[in-house]
Amino acid sequence: MAESDSAAGLGRRTFVTGVVGVLGAIIGAVVGLPAIGYWLAPSLKKVETEAWVPLGPVDKIPVGEPTLYTFSRTRQVGWERSAISYGVYVVRHPDGRMEALSNVCTHLSCRVTWKPEQDLYLCPCHDGRFASDGSIISGPQPRAMDRFDFKIEDGKLLVHIVEA
Amino acid sequence: MAARVLRWLDDRLGLTGIYRTVLDRKVPKVNWAFTLGSATLFLVVLQVVTGVFLTVYYVPHPDQAYDSINYIMNDVAFGWLIRGLHHWGATLMVILVVLHMLRTFVYASYKYPREVTWVTGVLLLLVTLGMGFTGYLLPWNQRAYWATTVGTSIAGTVPFVGPIIEQALRGGTDLSTLTLTRFFSAHIWMLPAALLGLMGVHVYLVIRLGISHVPAADE
Repeated sequence: MAESDSAAGLGRRTFVTGVVGVLGAIIGAVVGLPAIGYWLAPSLKKVETEAWVPLGPVDKIPVGEPTLYTFSRTRQVGWERSAISYGVYVVRHPDGRMEALSNVCTHLSCRVTWKPEQDLYLCPCHDGRFASDGSIISGPQPRAMDRFDFKIEDGKLLVHIVEA
Repeated sequence: MAARVLRWLDDRLGLTGIYRTVLDRKVPKVNWAFTLGSATLFLVVLQVVTGVFLTVYYVPHPDQAYDSINYIMNDVAFGWLIRGLHHWGATLMVILVVLHMLRTFVYASYKYPREVTWVTGVLLLLVTLGMGFTGYLLPWNQRAYWATTVGTSIAGTVPFVGPIIEQALRGGTDLSTLTLTRFFSAHIWMLPAALLGLMGVHVYLVIRLGISHVPAADE
């Protein structure tokens, strides 16, 4: 029984050491390589941050009066889901022009409301006022109401949502 | 070059000495039953590695524990593998530890001079069962919840101090978020610390005393 490598070839001890090394490397790879993917999995996941949201047929939108459309979108990070709600005031002018304004006040993100009798958007938090075209009338807000890009496909209105 | 670097390190760290002492020990002629301790050691390493990786995503909170494990199983790459290894490794470890103890008992290896090895081994068995018990609650599913309810209730049947033990385990009169966090703490910090400490003593003694031989018929 050769305890060390003989000139004739591989000794038992070297053989066993080699087998242990190879088995160890295989076991290490079986656990270690998946572990890299395990760590990286959510890091490399692409998150959809934009979408075209359909609001319905254009013919059904009242002409001349801002109309509020609300919807919410779910975002999932890991196992946590959160809903983000949107409000879009769509204005369809008699001449066919359209506007899509966000109802989020540019001051501190309260929701503005269309007041038909005063012909303005009113923010209840700090009395911010916007004109029907979204421009500032009075109040602390730093800029006019935000606008959504929109398009019309097959007679349906779609607004472009880009998540922050 | 590599050989010179190794020799340089060896001169200072005594690696060859450690290798000889730990791995090139003289052993009597024994059988496969004597590999159960090494197999357990291997499983401990596997449990530590996979357990550490599970904490990357797991959250010990009643609202999120179940969802986070669901996430590991269904959404994370190889999450099923990491958790599967941890889950089945735990079961296998209890089996191996018991077989290891049976071998030690049947071959009378616990006798002089190995009594302390035996005592630390028994403590290691208890810690292993504790790891299984605390780990079982962490998925926070129905089975985990009720298994822990029953398990801690059993502890509550101890005369006189039973209710105190039960509440100490639960962190209150009922299972709650406090139970989950303390089981988590015990599972990933306290019991592993005890396990590794006892293992250090246990393995040191195995190396210091050598392993026993298979008893002969006339012994």
